[in-house]
Amino acid sequence: MTMDKNTAAYCSDPTAPPIIEIRNMHKWYGDFHVLSDINLKVKRCEKIVICGPSGSGKSTMIRCINRLEEHQQGQIIVNGTELTRDIKNIETVRAEVGMVFQHFNLFPHLTIMENLTLGPIWVRKTPKKQAEEAAMMYLEKVHIAEQAHKFPGQLSGGQQQRVAIARSLCMAPEVMLFDEPTSALDPEMIKEVLDVMVDLASEGMTMLVVTHEMGFAEKVADRVIFMDDGQIVEENTPHEFFRNPQHERSKLFLSQIL
Amino acid sequence: MSTPTQPTREYLAAPVHKDGAVAWLRKNLFSSWFNSVLTVLTMLALLYTIPPLIKWAFIDSVWNTSAEVCRDIDGACWSIIPRNIKFILLGFFPEGQEWRPILAMILLLGLVIYSKERHRWKKALLWYWLVGLIVMGTLMYGGVFGMPVVETGQWSGLPLTMMLSFFGMVCAYPLGVVLALGRRSKMPAIRTLCVVYIEMIRGVPLISLLFMSSIMFPLFLPDGMTIDKVLRAQVAIILFTAAYIAEVVRGGLQAMPKGQYEAADSLGLNYRQTMRLIILPQALKIVIPPTVGILLSAFKDTSLVVIIALYDVLKTTKVTLQNPNWTGYSTEAYIFLAVLYFIFCYAMSSYSRRLERELHTGH
Ligand SMILES: Nc1ncnc2c1ncn2[C@@H]1O[C@H](COP(=O)(O)OP(=O)(O)O)[C@@H](O)[C@H]1O
Ligand SMILES: [Mg+2]
Repeated sequence: MTMDKNTAAYCSDPTAPPIIEIRNMHKWYGDFHVLSDINLKVKRCEKIVICGPSGSGKSTMIRCINRLEEHQQGQIIVNGTELTRDIKNIETVRAEVGMVFQHFNLFPHLTIMENLTLGPIWVRKTPKKQAEEAAMMYLEKVHIAEQAHKFPGQLSGGQQQRVAIARSLCMAPEVMLFDEPTSALDPEMIKEVLDVMVDLASEGMTMLVVTHEMGFAEKVADRVIFMDDGQIVEENTPHEFFRNPQHERSKLFLSQIL
Repeated sequence: MSTPTQPTREYLAAPVHKDGAVAWLRKNLFSSWFNSVLTVLTMLALLYTIPPLIKWAFIDSVWNTSAEVCRDIDGACWSIIPRNIKFILLGFFPEGQEWRPILAMILLLGLVIYSKERHRWKKALLWYWLVGLIVMGTLMYGGVFGMPVVETGQWSGLPLTMMLSFFGMVCAYPLGVVLALGRRSKMPAIRTLCVVYIEMIRGVPLISLLFMSSIMFPLFLPDGMTIDKVLRAQVAIILFTAAYIAEVVRGGLQAMPKGQYEAADSLGLNYRQTMRLIILPQALKIVIPPTVGILLSAFKDTSLVVIIALYDVLKTTKVTLQNPNWTGYSTEAYIFLAVLYFIFCYAMSSYSRRLERELHTGH
């Protein structure tokens, strides 16, 4: 998403191809078949929440989308670029796809401002001044502008995660991936991060979010995907999924977390 | 006093002195039976050694006399230093040209001191160094502006020690970093090459490397072609030190959390950018203490160049002691050398501690 695009028209363009398309994708860790036959199409501006028991392959799946993990079979096409061994393709896709990690993974030796401008300056070749202005805008968006010249180690977990989100946004990505963005946070900080994500969703960002925050899913998601044992077991609107799960495994899972 | 509950002084227990000399002594030196014994023994040992030492070094000593005067005294004959200072520090550098190595050393030290401040680490600094190195080389070698040529074989004493160790460190460090990266490379050929290099060098003492560089290496050169002896020693020191740096840096690289690589990757940074901007700045910072250890030993190991007949500052001191006039005063001479080495080493390690402090960003 870029700020100047006409969000409504961009999101509802019927001729636009899916922004992410995963076809018959399989992945193994050695002999361990961690993902089997994953099929997923993500439309522009769609918000998808992925849930499922621990170890079911949620992280692995979204990490395949920006090639932090390599898949062995099937296709992953992101914004028209297929992920193969080709390093140029991989770098193209990575620049288009933002990722927010459970443990923030900010660069501790750089200030918040430097964390934010690193990608734009080195990958997008944006002039420094311009990158800093954009960074400041995103920091304001995540309500943390006054911390720009501190180091990550001086911020709370919730603040760090908001910085991490802003860092991804600075690359003006087409898609944002979130891997359990609030699970490492103290309860009182979860809301400040979720609020930022809700804002982002309302602006039309395409989002794939691995989370167990059901309130967030209800509010934001167009679709919930339930994974178990390396497979997509169920896909539904959040309303249907939470009230009327179809599969035994989804029912069991929901009974455990709700 | 209408409030009976308020305690008066009489009710309070005798105050335990939390500070003051007695309390300090009790806490630090006599905290237990065993510590008390150790303290007393240490005191006795100091009592027996320190006063005679002071008497020898400062009271009965002479500071700038001829060797004859030294024969008649019981104390230290520090005179050996000032009376031989030129040879100890500058060795065989030709008579009348001493100002050249002195100026070169001052220039080197000046540049090093100037470069200490991190805010000066800019492109311009590289140019200063380039100019500085050219000037230093010209001063030492001569051949222009009416300065007679001084072959490298005559370079000796402190300038030689400083040069070998300084360039040894400065060149070995980046080479070591490259080797460490190579050892973790995904490409098997590069990885194997680096592993073989590192392990081979670390399996051999520096002295034998120096020996090989001076005796064996020339055998492989075509007839008539020679490579300067000082340069060969310098290269041997660099190659040797780099292998040790590489292993320390590899340790730092391994300590980096996977999340840092993933964050860099997910921004679209390529390998070189990731290493240069994210991984190395952090990894090199955490290995500052062991790196400094290696650099310090490299500094001290430069004295091994004596075996290929180069006269570093240790060797010039030894030669001074062979002068029949001064033969008996090795203690004084070596104390002087120890102080000289200590000053350099202490400066390096305290600078490294400062750097660590300055680079500390987190909690
Ligand atoms: N690098 C790896 N090597 C081997 N197995 C792994 C690796 N990473 C994850 N796994 C395994 O793959 C499965 C899926 O992991 P993950 O995608 O992290 O699950 P989730 O995010 O749903 O909790 C787990 O059983 C995990 O143990
Ligand atoms: Mg996970």
